[in-house]
Amino acid sequence: MIKEEFDAIVIGAGMSGNAAAYTMASDGLKVLQLERGEYPGSKNVQGAIMYANMLEKIVPDFRDDAPLERHLVEQRLWVMDETSHTGIHYRSDDFNEVKPNRYTIIRAQFDKWFSRRVRGAGATVLCETTVTELVRDAKGKVIGVRTDRAGGAIYADVVVLAEGVCGLLGTRGGLRKMLKPEAVALAVKEMHFLPEEVIEQRFGVKGSEGCVIEAVGTISHGMAGLGFLYTNKESISLGIGCLVSDFAAKMESPYALLDALKNHPSIRPLIAGSEVKEYAAHLIPEGGYKAIPQLFGDGWVVVGDAAQLNNAVHREGSNLAMTSGRIAAEAIIQVKRRNDPMTKRNLALYKTMLEKSFVVKDLRKYKDMPALLHTNARNFFTTYPRLMSQAAQNFMRVDGTPKIEKEKATTAAFIKARSRLGLVSDAIRLALAWR
Amino acid sequence: MTNPGTKLRVEDKLYQNRYLVDSGRPHIKVRPHKQPSANLLALTRVCPAKCYELNDKGQVEITADGCMECGTCRILCETSGEIEWNYPRGGFGVLFKFG
Repeated sequence: MIKEEFDAIVIGAGMSGNAAAYTMASDGLKVLQLERGEYPGSKNVQGAIMYANMLEKIVPDFRDDAPLERHLVEQRLWVMDETSHTGIHYRSDDFNEVKPNRYTIIRAQFDKWFSRRVRGAGATVLCETTVTELVRDAKGKVIGVRTDRAGGAIYADVVVLAEGVCGLLGTRGGLRKMLKPEAVALAVKEMHFLPEEVIEQRFGVKGSEGCVIEAVGTISHGMAGLGFLYTNKESISLGIGCLVSDFAAKMESPYALLDALKNHPSIRPLIAGSEVKEYAAHLIPEGGYKAIPQLFGDGWVVVGDAAQLNNAVHREGSNLAMTSGRIAAEAIIQVKRRNDPMTKRNLALYKTMLEKSFVVKDLRKYKDMPALLHTNARNFFTTYPRLMSQAAQNFMRVDGTPKIEKEKATTAAFIKARSRLGLVSDAIRLALAWR
Repeated sequence: MTNPGTKLRVEDKLYQNRYLVDSGRPHIKVRPHKQPSANLLALTRVCPAKCYELNDKGQVEITADGCMECGTCRILCETSGEIEWNYPRGGFGVLFKFG
C-alpha cells in the first residue's frame, strides 16, 4: 500500500495523537497518522472541557477557526443526596477575558478541526485504518506497523502510540500491562439539545459564556464516581462515570445510573424539554501517578490516555494528552536533529521532559488519591454527602428548635456515622493524599 | 435479571447513535462456557450498551451491534480468556457524531 518510509507513524487521531503529529509535521518531519474511525473524532468521547493554555502551546492561533462551544465563567461543585445538592459555586467576570482559559468543546467536531490543521502542517492522515500489529526487527526494536488494509507493513524510525485508553497494541505487544478494573472508570454521557436562549436563561449566562457542574454523592450509588453537566452552545453534555471495579462488584447498570441522575430534582429542570441526540460510553484512566506505564522503548513512545495520563482529582485529561503528545514530538525532533537513532536510550528524553512538565508533577502530587477514594468509596461518595446535606438542611430549616440543639444534632450525626476516630482518620488521610 | 424497562431505555438510547455494522464479523466473542464467572455475569448489567445477555441455559451471549467500543468488558474478562476483544475493522463500528 505505502512503499515509502516515514520519520514517524502516529497511531490515533485524538488529542495526544493530533498534538504529536502536528508538532512533528510542523517541524518538517515526514509523518503518517493512522486512525481507525471514519473521520478523526468518530471514536473519541470526552465531556468535554478544553484547556486553552495547553492548546495554545501547540496551535497558537487556534481561536481563529477551532470549533469552540462556550468559554467557562462559572463552575459548580456539588455534593448531592437523593433530594438535594449543596456545594461551592465559583463565577467570575475575570473569565470573560480576551483569551479565555477554558472552553467546552464537542470532540467529534474539534478533532476534525485539529486533524485539518495536522494535514495543513504536512502530515499524511489515513482514516478507516486499524493498526493490527507493531512490526519489530530481530532485536525487538519497533520499526513499523501492520494495518487491516491490503498491502504489507509500513515502516518508520519511530512509532508514537496515541491509541487511547484501551491501548490494544501496547498491551498485546508487551509494552505495558493490561489496565486493572480499579484503575479505570466507565463514563456514560448523553447529548441534550436545547435552544441557545434556553441554555442562557437556565444557567444565567449570555453570549458564549458557559457553566459547568460537577457532582459527587449518592448519584454514584456508593461507587467512586462523578457526575457532570457541561453547557455547549446549543446542547448540554450530561454524564456520570464510576470505577469499573465498583460497577462489576455492585452489578450496577451505567444507563440506569445516568437515568437516575437525569431525574434528580436538581438536574431535571436544567434539561427539561431537551432532545437527546447521542448516547456515548468511554473509559477514563484513573490510576494516576502509580499507574503510569513504561513511556518509551526502542522505536516507540506512548502518549495520552494510553499512557494513563489523567488527573482524576482535577478532572483533567485532554490537556495532559495534548501536552504529552507535544513533548514526545519535541523529544523525537531533538533526537532526529542530532542524527541519533530512535533507541530506548535516546527516547528516554521524552520521559525526562515530561517529568519537568505539569503533567507528571500534578499526577505525582495526587499519587495516593486513587487508592484512598477507591478503598473508601462508600464514605466519601455516600456517607459524607448525606451528612453534608443533612447539616445544610438542619442549618437552613427554621422550625423552632433552638440553634444549640440543631448544632448538637449535626455533630452527633457525623460521629454516629463515622465515629470520632473515623472522622479524624478520614480528614488526615485526605489531607495527606492532597498535599 | 433483565429489567424490561431498563432494556427498553438503553435500546432507545442506542437508536440515536450511528453505526456501521461489519455484518458477520463481530469484533467481540464470548468463549463457550457452562457457567459464567462473576465478571462475565456482571457484563449483563455493566455493559453500557447492554450487548451481553443471559440465555435460557444461564450462559452469557453477546450481540455486539450496539457496542460503543468502550472496552469495559475487555478490562473485566479478557485476561481470563472468557472474551476475545478486537477493534472493528477500520471505518466500522460506532461513529460518534458528537463524542
